[in-house]
Amino acid sequence: MSNNEIPGDLKFAKSHEWVRVEQDGTVTVGISDHAQGALGDLVYVELPEVGAEVEAGAGAAVVESVKAASDIYAPVSGEVIAVNSDLSDKPETINEDAWDAGWIFKLKIKDKSELDNLLTADEYADQVEKEDN
Amino acid sequence: MTDKTELNATHRELGARMVDFGGWDMPIAYGSQIEEHHAVRKDAGMFDVSHMTVVDLTGERTRDFLRKLVANNIDKLAKPGKALYTCMLNETGGVVDDLIVYFLREDFFRLVVNAATRVNDLAWIEKHAGEFGVTVRERPEFGMIAVQGPNARQKLIDLLPEDVREKATRLGKFAAIEVEGPNGMPLFLARTGYTGEDGFEVVVPNTRVVELWKLLHDAGVTPAGLGARDTLRLEAGMNLYGQDMDESVTPWEAALAWTISLDEGRDFIGRAALEKQKADGVPRTMIGLVMDEKGVLRHGQKVLTSAGEGEILSGGFAPTLGKSVAFARVPVGDLGDVRVDIRGKEVPVRVVKFPFVRDGQLMAGIAG
Repeated sequence: MSNNEIPGDLKFAKSHEWVRVEQDGTVTVGISDHAQGALGDLVYVELPEVGAEVEAGAGAAVVESVKAASDIYAPVSGEVIAVNSDLSDKPETINEDAWDAGWIFKLKIKDKSELDNLLTADEYADQVEKEDN
Repeated sequence: MTDKTELNATHRELGARMVDFGGWDMPIAYGSQIEEHHAVRKDAGMFDVSHMTVVDLTGERTRDFLRKLVANNIDKLAKPGKALYTCMLNETGGVVDDLIVYFLREDFFRLVVNAATRVNDLAWIEKHAGEFGVTVRERPEFGMIAVQGPNARQKLIDLLPEDVREKATRLGKFAAIEVEGPNGMPLFLARTGYTGEDGFEVVVPNTRVVELWKLLHDAGVTPAGLGARDTLRLEAGMNLYGQDMDESVTPWEAALAWTISLDEGRDFIGRAALEKQKADGVPRTMIGLVMDEKGVLRHGQKVLTSAGEGEILSGGFAPTLGKSVAFARVPVGDLGDVRVDIRGKEVPVRVVKFPFVRDGQLMAGIAG
């Protein structure tokens, strides 16, 4: 299992997606290490189409573990500009490296102010701790 | 109120992810569920199945009682120690539960029934036991460990006192013996399981179950959770009560015809309804499916056939195959090209005979 330290430069949705704002202003989206651990071994990822418009809070991708299928929600609104097609053959990459190699899609963000609605790494860590108790 | 087995703290020490399973706090996996699955297929794994219910039936007319209670023929059990898989049915032929019956003595049979149906089962059994003067006794003082996989029997036998090893080695499939285990603990050793692999299910007093678990762990048996147990039994083509059949489904509709014995003159509960359904024509059947495309078949998905709509019963990812497999209940008839509705998309699937996997090997026609 991958590192369960939460990287401080990421922002989070309450539904366990992480967001990294890249230098060019685009954002990369994945799911947290906590989320992959709860899902268990992933066996399939249904990726969005490049060019698709996604709304904050709406389902954008689906990950399926041995146990269950789970929607991945877009943390912010925007256009899908890239998807991690390596996940089609190796969905377990998310189990192995949720924070980096296991990224799922990239968005050209529509409204930067939506980023302010997301949790900081510390706030997300608190949420996870509460869920565990 | 959640029940805990004696091994609860042990599971937590091993870092298991725990879930509620039919009112029991049980391990779903200790790490990777897929690795636990492969450990059972290739070597040896063990499951805490102490949540399952052991029920002892005693009394001179116990065999007579079982002739009435269960749909399989108890007279197939001729030698003490032999076991039988069977269903008990309600009056309309629906499945009250599936269970294993062990013949120990003419006045002593042991049942192992599902945990989730425990209360209902005990009430049903007791309701019918009275007229045969049979005493029904639940045995919550026992725990149970299933040790499964090609190397499972040997790893357990190596732990036994030397003078009982030969007897344990000779034990045939679907039979059980009582033997002295390690450090003098009494074991009920059954060569049965729910994985499609060889192995034992071991009934042991609660006071010794942690000790046995640790000895097996030290002997290299991999702890495996309910997650792996589910993918193993699905690949092995074994039904799960509540998902593949229940009181609204007859054995004809649940691929359990092989467990029904319509032997001359035996009036078991549900027989009349089964015979009537067979004479009228059974409307539905349970089939096996393999999906060659990516994705996972799940319980409740809609199945589309030329004969009409059906639904996925048990479905999931099959680690031995690397694809998804499922059981589905569909109308009887010419099915044509079968598809499954996954999130609004019709995905083609192949209808196959099951089991999908037995003794570590994919069966013919499964890989595609």
